[in-house]
Amino acid sequence: MNTHAAPGVSALTHLQGLESESIHIMREVIAECEKPVMLYSMGKDSAVMLHLARKAFFPGTPPFPLLHVDTTWKFRDMYAMRDQVAKNSGMQLIVHRNPDAVARAINPFDHGALHTDLWKTEGLKQALTQFGFDAAFGGARRDEEKSRAKERVFSFRSASHRWDPKNQRPELWNLYNPRKLKGESIRVFPLSNWTELDIWQYIHLENIPIVPLYFAAPRPTVQRDGLLLMVDDERFRLRPGEVPVQRSIRFRTLGCYPLTGAVESSAMAVPHIIQEMLLTTTSERQGRAIDHDQAASMEQKKQAGYF
Amino acid sequence: MTGAPTHSSYGAHALAAQDIEAYLLRHQHKSLLRFITCGSVDDGKSTLIGRLLYDSKMIFEDQLATLTADSKRIGTQGQEIDFALLVDGLAAEREQGITIDVAYRFFATEKRKFIVADTPGHEQYTRNMVTGASTADLAIILVDARKGILTQTRRHSYLAHLLGIKKLVLAINKMDLAGYSEARFSAIVAEYRSFADSIGIRDFLAVPISSLAGDNIVTSSENTPWYLGPPLLSHLENVEIDSSALQLRPFRMPVQWVNRPDLDFRGFAGLISEGLVRPGDAVRVLPSGRTSTVARIVTADTDLRSAAAGQSVTITLTDELDCSRGDVLAAAEHPPEVADQFEAVLVWMADEPLLPGRPYWLKLATQWVTATIHNPKYQINVNTMEHLAARTLSLNAIGIANLSTDKPLIFEPYEKSRELGGFILIDKISNATVAAGMLHFALRRSSNIHWQPLDIDRNAHARLKHQHPRLLWFTGLSGSGKSSIANLVQKKLYALGKHSFLLDGDNVRHGLNKDLGFTDADRVENIRRIGEVAKLMTDAGLIVLAAFISPFRAERRMVREMSLPGEFVEIYVETPLEIAEQRDVKGLYKKARAGELKHFTGIDSPYETPEHPEIRVNTVETTAEQAADEIVAYIMR
Ligand SMILES: Nc1nc2c(ncn2[C@@H]2O[C@H](COP(=O)(O)OP(=O)(O)OP(=O)(O)O)[C@@H](O)[C@H]2O)c(=O)[nH]1
Ligand SMILES: [Mg+2]
Repeated sequence: MNTHAAPGVSALTHLQGLESESIHIMREVIAECEKPVMLYSMGKDSAVMLHLARKAFFPGTPPFPLLHVDTTWKFRDMYAMRDQVAKNSGMQLIVHRNPDAVARAINPFDHGALHTDLWKTEGLKQALTQFGFDAAFGGARRDEEKSRAKERVFSFRSASHRWDPKNQRPELWNLYNPRKLKGESIRVFPLSNWTELDIWQYIHLENIPIVPLYFAAPRPTVQRDGLLLMVDDERFRLRPGEVPVQRSIRFRTLGCYPLTGAVESSAMAVPHIIQEMLLTTTSERQGRAIDHDQAASMEQKKQAGYF
Repeated sequence: MTGAPTHSSYGAHALAAQDIEAYLLRHQHKSLLRFITCGSVDDGKSTLIGRLLYDSKMIFEDQLATLTADSKRIGTQGQEIDFALLVDGLAAEREQGITIDVAYRFFATEKRKFIVADTPGHEQYTRNMVTGASTADLAIILVDARKGILTQTRRHSYLAHLLGIKKLVLAINKMDLAGYSEARFSAIVAEYRSFADSIGIRDFLAVPISSLAGDNIVTSSENTPWYLGPPLLSHLENVEIDSSALQLRPFRMPVQWVNRPDLDFRGFAGLISEGLVRPGDAVRVLPSGRTSTVARIVTADTDLRSAAAGQSVTITLTDELDCSRGDVLAAAEHPPEVADQFEAVLVWMADEPLLPGRPYWLKLATQWVTATIHNPKYQINVNTMEHLAARTLSLNAIGIANLSTDKPLIFEPYEKSRELGGFILIDKISNATVAAGMLHFALRRSSNIHWQPLDIDRNAHARLKHQHPRLLWFTGLSGSGKSSIANLVQKKLYALGKHSFLLDGDNVRHGLNKDLGFTDADRVENIRRIGEVAKLMTDAGLIVLAAFISPFRAERRMVREMSLPGEFVEIYVETPLEIAEQRDVKGLYKKARAGELKHFTGIDSPYETPEHPEIRVNTVETTAEQAADEIVAYIMR
């Protein structure tokens, strides 16, 4: 790289630049918000976000709790990861399950869209209101989806948690405006400018632990509605004629196991995953049943308070 | 449509397939270019980005399937692909076929990584364009070949330039609809060049393209054999971005947060905005001015031996110093300035217009202060670059104004530093971000910083002379009688044995300020310098008489605030414009009326009447003698 800088210093690589930007964002929130929380979903983006938080506040512990809005339908490996991480990080872990969804035994087999709506969207709103969090970190990236591509780093929410995409605050340079009225809150996306490739490359370079489901292994699967689903526990309702088959699979994204499609793969190390990703022909969200519902589905969900 | 690519993501990199480790190593060291597309409505900005994503093979099969279906359903291109739909992600945008807010998209080629912000062309959404432009290294200004340069082309070019985007590309789009005409292309380039010159844009690359058909995007087009420059993408890949320049500047780090995990550790966390720092470096904490030495640069990995602009770090010092969020750590010998009155350019971004005098929150780097904006000096007409008189700034207006803050700000002119010169204004009631601002310069320096204490002080001088230092400030229209009255006052003071000195246009404009003209900015600087000189003279114990039109309240106030309480005496020499013009001693009014003199106070530049002058002299009712007696009586009281 051609630099005219003082000896011994070269321009930052783009990953160093992204890391630095994310750390800056997190520190702004801590300095300016009263009660921040970090949404933790055990996925690779959460793993990177948490890793960055630990860097940002080193040698201290990140001065906020982790919040997992649980649906009770995550992969077992994800729960194991969550408890492990909470223990290692020294941070408080709050697990919230929407009591209404618990009472009604909401599940992905019987309830379709209601499953996401009650567990995730409503559950999140409940938790934020109940604990009075005024800022919540989320691991969303702008390259994930077209309405995310439009969202600010500091994304303002009304007292009823609504996002107004047509009326976002201007956001200049790296000057964020966290001022809000009582009851209003902000969602903060420190990974806004990261791409899927950046995330993987960073995980690789920094050796960040991730849920084993991201690596290929033989797992019991069924093919259903165009998705390759993993039969993770006995609650999985097999349809007549369906028989679980062992396939070497891995996941590009993790959610509720009955809704998350796997890809067939033999990638057992991060470089291999990246290689498959570079050569793939479909996007990461392809494996999520949630996005295919309606044309502008993510935008609508976000307006209603989904992260 | 040219060259249908094969659709595998990130480009089907042969290297990635063969040797992933080698690929990763190379990718890791790619440089990053942030750019925006801007220009007028429907000039094809979103289409261009869609095209770049498509041609650089960033579109996955599932996304392409959705795009193809969406294009048929709601696209603007009949059965063809409407690339804009790849970027216009909001439901309202897709329905109306316009862009409302910035979209950030990402792509990479073999050489570089790109973050591109697609900005809206509609004037209504200018603030979203500004949002996108604030972090860009390069701007692509699109022009529809059939329509040529429009108001929004000018507005966006001007904004991009104001925000300090150094690299510009003029992409003349829809060449397919202009018959790929070289004449048309050259005519637009020529028109743009003269506009660009007028606003100080030195250089740009002009490329004839068709976003829709793909001409000169990735490869040179056969349709434009007359165009010898590079296709757009190779320019983006190769244009130089000078990221190392920042590292060569003196060290500055706005303190974001103090890290105190336990009693033994106290670190200052922040993002280095300029320069380079090493353990052992001498640093100064601003605004206190105290100095210390860098002990460690702490990161979670290891302590660093050096850190540079762009890095987020935690710094510990060898001394226990008072330092908290909002302070700036800087190279001890080259600290930034500290001041509380500035001239700035403002881009107004709220529906509710600027209220001069109302307190707003101002955030600059990690500093929060309360700021009041004075009456704007002028607003800029983005079509003609003319300066228009303005009492306020409304949505999307760009104007120049002075502002004062309730606490000193540590700053640098925006030209030197985006971080320490760029700020936002926030409405204290609605909490909305209402303006973006860029500091030009300080109108006066904060007085308590690094002050050289003098053994013989001003009182000593004054005692020796048996007089109280004063600054008699005569303001009024040209020809109102300021100099005549001031001369009389000086004679009378001399007769009383008082030492005085008269500063007026003649002895200042020809020497000290001979580099200044009569634009508003020059007028401010003129008065600022006079204020400083007058201050030195009052320090020496003199009674200073200053006779200047000084048409703006803000500058008069500035000088007043530079003086000690009671020292500044504002004397308003009140003469109606008709009378001053009748007198026209120097024939200046005649020239101004004939258009030979620009910016002439009272004719095409305003005079702001003093609100509470210490003395008001009405030259129609009193003679100069009477006025002089009254003034002498006032100061000899
Ligand atoms: N023939 C032709 N049409 C084009 C070209 N580029 C864009 N268009 C069409 O021009 C129209 C406007 O394109 P957009 O990309 O939405 O324009 P925009 O500049 O993003 O508009 P705003 O963001 O709303 O300001 C669409 O119908 C495009 O298909 C081109 O090179 N040739
Ligand atoms: Mg557009």
